[in-house]
Amino acid sequence: MSTQANSPGRGLIWLRALTGQDGVIAGAPATVRMAEAALGDAPASFIAVVPDPHNRFPRARNGEVGLEEGWTLAQQVRRIIAADSDSDGARRPIIALVDVSSQAYGRREELLGVHLACAAAADAYASARLAGHAVIALLVGKAMSGAFLAHGYQANRLLALDSPEVMVHAMGKQAAARVTRRSVAELEKLGERIAPMAYNIRAYARLGLLHQLIEGINADAPGPADVQQVRQALLSAIADTRVGPRDLSSRLASPAAHATRGASIEVRRRLAEQWDAA
Amino acid sequence: MSAAPARDYRRFLARSSFIEISARERARAILDDGSFRELLGPFDRLKSPWLPLQGIVAQADDGVVLARGTLDGKPALVAAIESVYQGGSMGEVSGAKIAGALELALRDCEQGRPILPVLLLETGGVRLQEANLGLAVIAEIHAAIVALRRHVPVVGVIAGMVGCFGGMSLAAALCSRLIVTRQARLGMNGPEVIEQEAGIGEIDASDRALIWSLIGGEQRDATGLADDLQEDDAAAIAAAVRAAFAQGLPQQERSAQVELYLKRLAAIDPQQPPDALALRTLWNGAAKA
Repeated sequence: MSTQANSPGRGLIWLRALTGQDGVIAGAPATVRMAEAALGDAPASFIAVVPDPHNRFPRARNGEVGLEEGWTLAQQVRRIIAADSDSDGARRPIIALVDVSSQAYGRREELLGVHLACAAAADAYASARLAGHAVIALLVGKAMSGAFLAHGYQANRLLALDSPEVMVHAMGKQAAARVTRRSVAELEKLGERIAPMAYNIRAYARLGLLHQLIEGINADAPGPADVQQVRQALLSAIADTRVGPRDLSSRLASPAAHATRGASIEVRRRLAEQWDAA
Repeated sequence: MSAAPARDYRRFLARSSFIEISARERARAILDDGSFRELLGPFDRLKSPWLPLQGIVAQADDGVVLARGTLDGKPALVAAIESVYQGGSMGEVSGAKIAGALELALRDCEQGRPILPVLLLETGGVRLQEANLGLAVIAEIHAAIVALRRHVPVVGVIAGMVGCFGGMSLAAALCSRLIVTRQARLGMNGPEVIEQEAGIGEIDASDRALIWSLIGGEQRDATGLADDLQEDDAAAIAAAVRAAFAQGLPQQERSAQVELYLKRLAAIDPQQPPDALALRTLWNGAAKA
């Protein structure tokens, strides 16, 4: 899995680095952490999903987003929205620290609606963005599949550390190889040629979805200079959201998006032409 | 079930299946007669740029049918996923068609011209040949549903046989109202994937009765994870869509019912979870109000 037994995981490493806290939430599962800290000259909320070998739901012990993780993320984000709703427009930035290995795979999870739990988290992040919070996802580890949809993918801006362990994908390598009837080696070779198939973050950056790939950071043991550089990147992303719309349209605006995702742009252009009957 | 058997039999023969027809015919069956107007149809030839690179023939509509038309005379949009093509999977183009259409519907709503959005969901989720672009566009679909839902209900239909899985199961969960049939399945992870990831002790994907009891349309309706269980009958489903819009916006969207679901989960012992039938009693009705 994503986390070695002796490592607290990248989510917690970066929560500590950026806030100086462990972010344990009273009355909530230990897998969801939230802490407030100054970012620049204003407070911000930082949220991470972390491994917990004692989690009472056994399928969500390695940093997966499961039932309680999804609903707790939704609860925490909605509390921030509610707390700032009468504060004359000064809404806190929300920083999702992303190291999530997958959604929780399990029989209980399906029965009890893990799809709804993950949707609830996505809903809360999207609602925060629409309410005017700057929502930034900082990818510090794995951003996999449904777990990333729940925790991070609704952000106004996506940032990632340029590190070999940082990756985005729709399905783990082994499973994707089985489903597409390829070997893992074939899958990796295909990823070199076809950018959206790749797992590594540099290939992902070519898709034009990232606001910034932050280079030269020690992702496992960040020093003061690393933390300072990441803070600056977060502040610049927050500033960028203040001048743009609250939707996800910025993901289609970069030169890389035009180069790699021309079809996404072309579909929207032609659709707008045909929308109203002639 | 008070109707005489003979009458049920006649009704059964008179019905016209929704499951057996194509996505295009489904969209036509939902909209008012004669109002169907397809957007980005096959002649626009907006195909996947990624499949031919992998030796797969790309279909001219990428497996999504978009249609504007009316529901009881009111402007409507139907996005219908064709499950026969690539398992209804979401690639860059098919996903952008849905996201882009919902974004335009949102623009119209914001300008005071409401449009009733209907999603016919029949999909395994991300198209793995387009992997990260499928995942990215599903996030855009989620974003558009959440934004649009503030203006009009977003109505989803899962009819079967593919069902609705992966990232698109979140899209179904974000719908204001969800209509299902007994042939529908709604789950985040397909049973085969769970068995591969967690072992046969967790789930036996070949135990079809078990799978249906967990994620089948009847169970989802009985536990409040769907709103309306319909027969496989095109006319009945079209009527159910109209009825869903007639109810207006829900008091609270299901995906925003945080305290209710956290309370429900807190009451569950993961070591001794309820079975599917017991969950019906535990959860029945409360979420449907």
